[in-house]
Amino acid sequence: MLSGILIFNQKGENLIFRAFRSDCRPRLADIFRIQVISNPQVRSPILTLGSTTFSHVKHENIYLVAVTKSNANAALVFEFLYRLIVLGRSYFGKFDEEAVKNNFVLIYELLDEILDFGYPQNTETDTLKMYITTEGVKSAIANSPTDSSRITMQATGALSWRRSDIKYRKNEAFVDVIEDVNLLMSATGTVLRADVNGQIVMRAYLSGTPECKFGLNDRLLLDNGESSGGNGSRGGFSGAAGKATRAAAGSVTLEDCQFHQCVKLGRFDSDRIISFVPPDGEFELMRYRATENVNLPFKVHPIVREIGTTKVEYSVAIKANYSAKLFATNVIVRIPTPLNTASTTERTSQGRAKYEPEHNNIVWKIPRFSGQSEFVLNAEATLTSMTHQKAWSRPPLSLSFSILMFTSSGLLVRYLKVFEKSNYSSVKWVRYMTRAGSYEIRF
Amino acid sequence: MSSGGDAKLFARGKVAELRQELNSGGKKDKNYSAKKIALKKIVANMTMSNNDMVALFPDVIDCMTLPSLEIKKMCFLFLVNYSRLKPDVALKALPILVDDMEDTNPLVRALALRTISYVHVREFVEATFQPLKHLMQDNDPYVRKTAAFCVAKLYEHDKKMVENSDLIDRLNRMLKDENPTVVSSVLASLVDIWGRSESISLTIDYVSASKLVSILPDCSEWGQSYILEALMSYVPQDTAEALLLAERIAPRLSHSNSAVVLTSCRVILYLMNYIADEKHITSLCRKLSPPLVTLLSKPPEVQYLALRNAILILQKRPEVLRNDIRVFFCNYNDPIYVKVTKLELMFMLTTKENISVVLAELREYATEIDVHFVRKAVRAIGKLAIKIESAAKQCIDTLLELVDAKIPYIIQEATVVIRNIFRKYPNKYESIISHVIRNIDDLDEPEAKAAVIWIIGQYADRIENSDGLLQDYLATFHDETVEVQLALLTATVKLFIQRPTKGQQLVPQVLKWCTEETDDPDLRDRGYMYWRLLSTDPATAKQVVMGQKPPITAESEKLDPRTLEELCLNVGTLATVYLKPIHQVFRAARPRRLQPSPALQRPRIEDGTASLLEYNPPTANLASSSTSNSGLATITTTGNPISPINAPPPPNFPVGPGSGPGPTAAPNTSNDAISAADSYFNGIGSQQMAALDLGGRGDGGAGSGGAPQTQFVVTQNQQQGYQPQYAGGAATGELLLL
Repeated sequence: MLSGILIFNQKGENLIFRAFRSDCRPRLADIFRIQVISNPQVRSPILTLGSTTFSHVKHENIYLVAVTKSNANAALVFEFLYRLIVLGRSYFGKFDEEAVKNNFVLIYELLDEILDFGYPQNTETDTLKMYITTEGVKSAIANSPTDSSRITMQATGALSWRRSDIKYRKNEAFVDVIEDVNLLMSATGTVLRADVNGQIVMRAYLSGTPECKFGLNDRLLLDNGESSGGNGSRGGFSGAAGKATRAAAGSVTLEDCQFHQCVKLGRFDSDRIISFVPPDGEFELMRYRATENVNLPFKVHPIVREIGTTKVEYSVAIKANYSAKLFATNVIVRIPTPLNTASTTERTSQGRAKYEPEHNNIVWKIPRFSGQSEFVLNAEATLTSMTHQKAWSRPPLSLSFSILMFTSSGLLVRYLKVFEKSNYSSVKWVRYMTRAGSYEIRF
Repeated sequence: MSSGGDAKLFARGKVAELRQELNSGGKKDKNYSAKKIALKKIVANMTMSNNDMVALFPDVIDCMTLPSLEIKKMCFLFLVNYSRLKPDVALKALPILVDDMEDTNPLVRALALRTISYVHVREFVEATFQPLKHLMQDNDPYVRKTAAFCVAKLYEHDKKMVENSDLIDRLNRMLKDENPTVVSSVLASLVDIWGRSESISLTIDYVSASKLVSILPDCSEWGQSYILEALMSYVPQDTAEALLLAERIAPRLSHSNSAVVLTSCRVILYLMNYIADEKHITSLCRKLSPPLVTLLSKPPEVQYLALRNAILILQKRPEVLRNDIRVFFCNYNDPIYVKVTKLELMFMLTTKENISVVLAELREYATEIDVHFVRKAVRAIGKLAIKIESAAKQCIDTLLELVDAKIPYIIQEATVVIRNIFRKYPNKYESIISHVIRNIDDLDEPEAKAAVIWIIGQYADRIENSDGLLQDYLATFHDETVEVQLALLTATVKLFIQRPTKGQQLVPQVLKWCTEETDDPDLRDRGYMYWRLLSTDPATAKQVVMGQKPPITAESEKLDPRTLEELCLNVGTLATVYLKPIHQVFRAARPRRLQPSPALQRPRIEDGTASLLEYNPPTANLASSSTSNSGLATITTTGNPISPINAPPPPNFPVGPGSGPGPTAAPNTSNDAISAADSYFNGIGSQQMAALDLGGRGDGGAGSGGAPQTQFVVTQNQQQGYQPQYAGGAATGELLLL
């Protein structure tokens, strides 16, 4: 497994060097600096030199590097590096060069705890914060043997993500359904790709050890309920019969789901019930993917004409497809301009448009976009003449936006039930939001 | 929110000053804050590889006994870092660690054990053995899991000492632990030891495997990965067992951690080798697709890994991902390594039915900015023309449209693929020759030049001014690369054979240059060969040079069965990024092979020959090692190899990497070796062809001469001539730069 973890800043200064095996020599830091940081040709996140492999991710302004020898489990390596980022952010707010320098001793302490011999150990923030804290004083708690046992039980227990002594006066749970809708539309207006990556984030402020059951308008679940067979065969995904009618009846076909560690996967596999004991506070309960009957919130119709070699004319119409009761916020349309654009003029029926030469874009911002309305932008880019004329690559036009109380997939939360032995009542809240993932329109 | 505020301590310091700071404060310094600051500065300097810090070793050891866990941890870090440089001074810390291993606080016990076993100094290693045995039975699970990893750590320090002790037996017994985290740690430790040993075998029987699967839900995500990795050592003896286990593991595919997902994929794919019923295989395959696609919403590095594994899995189980081509279309902002891999997958998944969509997409990519990616897209179009015969015309039209845009690197790339199209469809689509010739002046890369020269030579009788075109190139013969010179030689000979009057002046000139004025042995040899051929028997020369050549295919990165099998047993590992035989990239990695069992399904080999994998009943040793029902798994240390897993392949066995239809599994016994050797010699003809394939590149079928049924393969790797070579990358170099 991992031989060492290294953190660098952008200049290539080594900020953290922790070896877990004797084959991780200090000179490896120089090798990484020379071969990756100062070598612009390397574009792969994985580099094997001789018997040493460097796997790295970039976050903010730092490089996080895992050194491995031999044929390591690469998925585990990257998951770990990303977990390290999550931990860093939860400890320091932001995990950048400044945070690393300000907390380097704490980071060493964390690394010693979350990796043993290069094998990831418990990485649950909640548990770690019980005994590794930014205020050194608190680590005194760990000095008493009884408190320590509580920590060790927690760190090795089946519910390693939750302390048992949590109490709230008011028991509440907030569920956020956040969908990223992806679209790739061809220049002729055909949808090449449309799908939804959904994420369900929960903030649980619940006492004790609550057992939660979570229900969606999942087509397979509703199907199973009707046939009451519930044999859990996921092979049903490909059965096309009756799909359309299901969608009409308000159910959603989830192509695939992935769950937080706390969800009982066996239960889901056999009868598609999402049941779990949540961690305290905020966590990502599940991710899902939907590709059928995706509701595209915006329809974009761009007309782009290159007039000779000196001018490009744009006419971009954008229409909101969702109900008039809803509205989108922060709608931003990025309209690419040729690299040799000298100046632009824009007219919009709503919002503001501005040319951003550093990104070769006209950026059109519409702060509030009501459902069913339609806006138009007309623009003109004047080009400088160039001696070496090269064809313009025409990158796609892209959109970003967010719409509350709307899901592109049609997903709905049907219920969230909380069972706890003290039988308290709890309040649950649900919010829906759809954002643009990669929402691209070619022209 | 960064609360630490230690950044100011992150500066280079001098030993004398730091020593003074460390010893200042005295009694007034109640919380040892002065010492803490000094130690932090020392740790910072350690990170900056300021090795002067080693001089502070005695002072740091003095701080170890202070009643502050924070200080202790910093001192321990220092110890782990510098003990190798000053083993004698480090020894002073040993009693402190030994003491701490008996502390009442489990966190302190574990910390001491974890630290002492990091120190690569003989006395430390020796001093760990006794306390470790106690701590393996500690009543705190946190200490026990630390102890479990400790055994693997000691094994790294000193194999012999561990093998001669009863530590591995004790570790084995810990598999009965009631705490799932401990069990998963024990397995991680055992697998780690297995990986670094030649003489240890790891055997898990069905009952144990089943137990392990049942504790999966109670383990952390990392623990689940360790258990799944260990399950690769379970060899199903019965097809129903394999199926049941695979189905019980399948729910893990919905885990949010990609390591759990990909390792589950690995185990399920492995178990499929032992499942007889095709229906079940199909249903399992169907379960693998959605999770693989879902990984594409993860960060790019994980996407990349998922895509590389998809390339692998698709070759083994083509039914996976069959209907999903659109999800592999590139997003404009994907990193280049993701885009290139998606391109590869798109090529693999393209069929007669979806080719129009794919071509439209590839055309779009060919207008992007990244030159490398654009070239790959153009190359993919050409390869599709070769792969899907009925769509060849469509592909060629797309190529020509791109060529008309007059972008030099697109023209070069297109020239190379058009050459390959001619090799696949001889004497067809000749109308495009004029398109290619029109752009001849734009070609400046050797590969593209060689390609166009090949076309001129091959179609010398149909290109009006073929001699003139060749003459233009011959004018700069001595400045060209060997690749181009070879092409020129062959093309000139072809010209002479087809149009003797036009070629008769050129040929003697070229032959003279190639035989007398070159240092390159290949060029000279080929020159002499043509010379003799032409001077001995022109009729035969025509037959040889212009004869029918085997057509090419365009399988991208198609792995030979042996490598494919090996890589499928390593899904999710680094080797799957490189998609090369594992020992080529990771020499030290212990090989994994499919183990024989009554349930093992013989892989179907496409050319109809029977499977080469012979089943042998388990040896007595194997049976005995799995009978002990006391533990969950058994790991055996012995001097001599006992179970099949230990048998190294016979040293001179003639099957190497890249061999064609070779045996699909390592020969386990002498019987196997013999039958495998037999089949090797039976298949020798095709093996030679495979070898010729590598040698004959750059000039079509010039190197061919064997059985015409064998097809040449145009692989991605052979065509990467324009890639900057990477110094020191050895065998893996070319893969590192994307």
